[in-house]
Amino acid sequence: MLGLDTRLTDELNYYVKEIEKVARQSGLEPCTTIFELVDYKQLNEIAAYMGFPTRYPHWRFGMEYEKLAKSYTYGLAIIYEMVINNDPCYAYLLRANDLVYQKTVIAHVFAHCDFFMKNFWFSKSNRKMLNNMANHGTVVRSLINELGHDQVEAFIDCCLSVENLIDIHAPFKEKKKFDREHEDIINTDRLKLQAKSYMDAYINPQDYLNAQRKILEAKQTQDSVLNAETDEQDVLNFLLLHAPLKNWEWQILNIIRSEAYYFAPQAQTKILNEGWATYWHSKIMTDLYPLSAAEIVDYCDHYAGIVASSPTQINPYKIGIELLRYCEQRWDKGKFGISYLECEDFSERQNWDKQALKGRDKLFEVRSIHNDVTFIDAFLDEDFCHQHKMFLYDYDPESKAYKINTRDFKAIKRSLLDQLTNIGNPVIVVKDGNYNNRQELLLQHKFTGQALHHGYTLETLQNLYRMWKRPVLIETADDDGRKRIRYDGSSHRVEKL
Amino acid sequence: MPIKMDSDLSRFHKIVRGKVKKELRKFIANGELLARKGEKTVKIPLPRVEMPRFQYGDNKGGVGQGDGEIGDEVKQPQQSEEEQQAGDKQGEHGLEAEVTIEELAQLLGEELELPNIASKGKDTVESSQVRYTGIHKQGPESLRHFKRTFRESLKRSIISGVYDADDPVILPIKSDMRYRSFRRLKNPETSAVIFYMMDVSGSMGELQKKLVRFTSFWIDAWLNQQYKGIETRYIVHDAVAQEVDKDKFYRLREAGGTLISSAYMLALDIMRSDYPHSDWNIYMFHFSDGDNWSSNDTNACIKMINDDILPYVNLFSYGQVESRYGSGQFFRNLADAFPAHERVAMAKIKDQDAIVGAIKSFLGRGK
Repeated sequence: MLGLDTRLTDELNYYVKEIEKVARQSGLEPCTTIFELVDYKQLNEIAAYMGFPTRYPHWRFGMEYEKLAKSYTYGLAIIYEMVINNDPCYAYLLRANDLVYQKTVIAHVFAHCDFFMKNFWFSKSNRKMLNNMANHGTVVRSLINELGHDQVEAFIDCCLSVENLIDIHAPFKEKKKFDREHEDIINTDRLKLQAKSYMDAYINPQDYLNAQRKILEAKQTQDSVLNAETDEQDVLNFLLLHAPLKNWEWQILNIIRSEAYYFAPQAQTKILNEGWATYWHSKIMTDLYPLSAAEIVDYCDHYAGIVASSPTQINPYKIGIELLRYCEQRWDKGKFGISYLECEDFSERQNWDKQALKGRDKLFEVRSIHNDVTFIDAFLDEDFCHQHKMFLYDYDPESKAYKINTRDFKAIKRSLLDQLTNIGNPVIVVKDGNYNNRQELLLQHKFTGQALHHGYTLETLQNLYRMWKRPVLIETADDDGRKRIRYDGSSHRVEKL
Repeated sequence: MPIKMDSDLSRFHKIVRGKVKKELRKFIANGELLARKGEKTVKIPLPRVEMPRFQYGDNKGGVGQGDGEIGDEVKQPQQSEEEQQAGDKQGEHGLEAEVTIEELAQLLGEELELPNIASKGKDTVESSQVRYTGIHKQGPESLRHFKRTFRESLKRSIISGVYDADDPVILPIKSDMRYRSFRRLKNPETSAVIFYMMDVSGSMGELQKKLVRFTSFWIDAWLNQQYKGIETRYIVHDAVAQEVDKDKFYRLREAGGTLISSAYMLALDIMRSDYPHSDWNIYMFHFSDGDNWSSNDTNACIKMINDDILPYVNLFSYGQVESRYGSGQFFRNLADAFPAHERVAMAKIKDQDAIVGAIKSFLGRGK
């Protein structure tokens, strides 16, 4: 994909094969994985495009690249692995890394690939995304050629401003609904008269198709806005169906939406996925396909870097692998079931060992069915919380410092789950597409105690207006109570409820 | 592949440039961050370049890991601090743009619509440089190109059939000879000198000097962009004038009276000895709070400007910074004496917001 010089060396190829063999023997089921060897510039570039060098052009990738390039130059951060969920999987190795590093990354990557294939939350994921992204790139580039860079980029900015308004569970809901609505519009074939391919352009001229499509869209907009389902969390879908978008705008929004859905499972399983990969690379490197004595110190140094914990931030690698190991240990010792859970005696709990040896099976089960929220919810218990010295911290305005607030287990878990719910995004639904019978769009923020950022909210409303072309409102709340913010194309108005 | 990233990167830089330009007037007024010594680039904190989203606002706390009692401070809250401050409040910076001073001057020019300077045509100095650019068949032996000559020789002997692979002797003849040839490149060079003069008498306080510093930063930036190899001389004066270095210029504080003519006199002396006006574009900037010792001295000044300065300089500028003690009389006197002289620029700089206007009136004439 990146030219010939990205092929692995024979030595690395050998290790890829060996490590894959070990991984498969221990139960991992990665799909075919293609490794490429790149230098740091290429890797930064690929990372800036989030793994897809063929993506559509946009300035934020440039910004990302500059950030990465700078932090590389100053030695602040090195990306050490990059793998993309596709069939086959693509993974990139950094040419400058030493062999210990490379082997570790290879093992890490195979565990990720296994996770992509076997985790339920990835089950609906598009495995031809590499091609799709390239197609998206082509579409956007041709739109740019046609309409100019500024106009297209400005609209992409608008779309990106709302790209988090998707329903991450939509792919798992009634399949009919999720896909059918799209067919109506996407599938221009439906509008076509039957024709041989070489005659197609004459029998179905583009003008005719566009006209037909407009009629169809208009009809849909008409009846669907009136009957629009309320509480639709997939706001992007709602916009695609009902907003008066031009053809090219529709295409761009559709692209942004499909990419947002593609990336959602990765955000949803960050802790578990990284934990899983780290668990396996550590297992393989130190046990199943052990490094030599000469290599182990380098490995440890490297490992310490990955799982380093910071006092103010949860490191997903660290918490992931620790929680998996904790879970393995519990099931190995039979620390599950009603008798264990109801046991109140501390020392008995500590010394509990029923020789159940079900740890490994449990881990594979966890990898198959959980995402971060359910994973934390199911396994993070009070013992773990204390073992790992977790705490909640808060900003103290008086001393202008962050201070430890509590070590109360329930509060910590609640905060952690809050942080992970809906990938950290507020839940926002379409309440009414024809608010006040004036075709105004009313959104509702399902308030759970944390207010929206006011400045961003105002700007986002403006971007929504750009698509909806009628006033846009959002109901939300803050410490002072419920309120409704309206943007009518020229100014904002905040109204207390 | 790199071509693609280049285009995204340049789109991003364009956005940053646009932001810098938009905020430029603010930076001019609060120029402190710019005046870093010896650096070619300046770092400008910009408001975030980020997509606005519906997202949670004050993310003040979170879950952490480690030792500590309740109430203990948690160290390095980098991320949460950033998140917390990201907002429409002032002072947030998500981004630090690195801009060369040259680029900054360009932006300044665009923003203030400054005309390019038409330097004194006849006064260009030319320096010449020798470049070896080609190969000739004639030339001095000292410039003989051995490799080329050998190659020609070899070619000829093979073609003519005299070459014997077992006895590869090559005998160059005259037509084989190749010589390096050179060209003399002429670089038109314009040079310029800036004289900064400042009143450091008791009435000029810190604030006044700050205004001068900010203003002169932008003048430097602009003139440096217009000329290659600019020289700067600094003169301070109260009742007597002395030449100082840049550091001292901005820091020195004297007490006592003011004789503006002393500064002009010194500047003239330096100009006459070091910068013949036939070779140099000369700029004089004088900053003062407008108080002069006597009207006699003021008259002497005006006479000096008229007879000795204006015929030789590109521009004589007077910037009057407001101070509590200054009467501002000198500005009025100058304005009366040179009501619309094309080489005299004057501006009152009463606070930081007035710097932009001053720069515009100093440099807006394309002199």
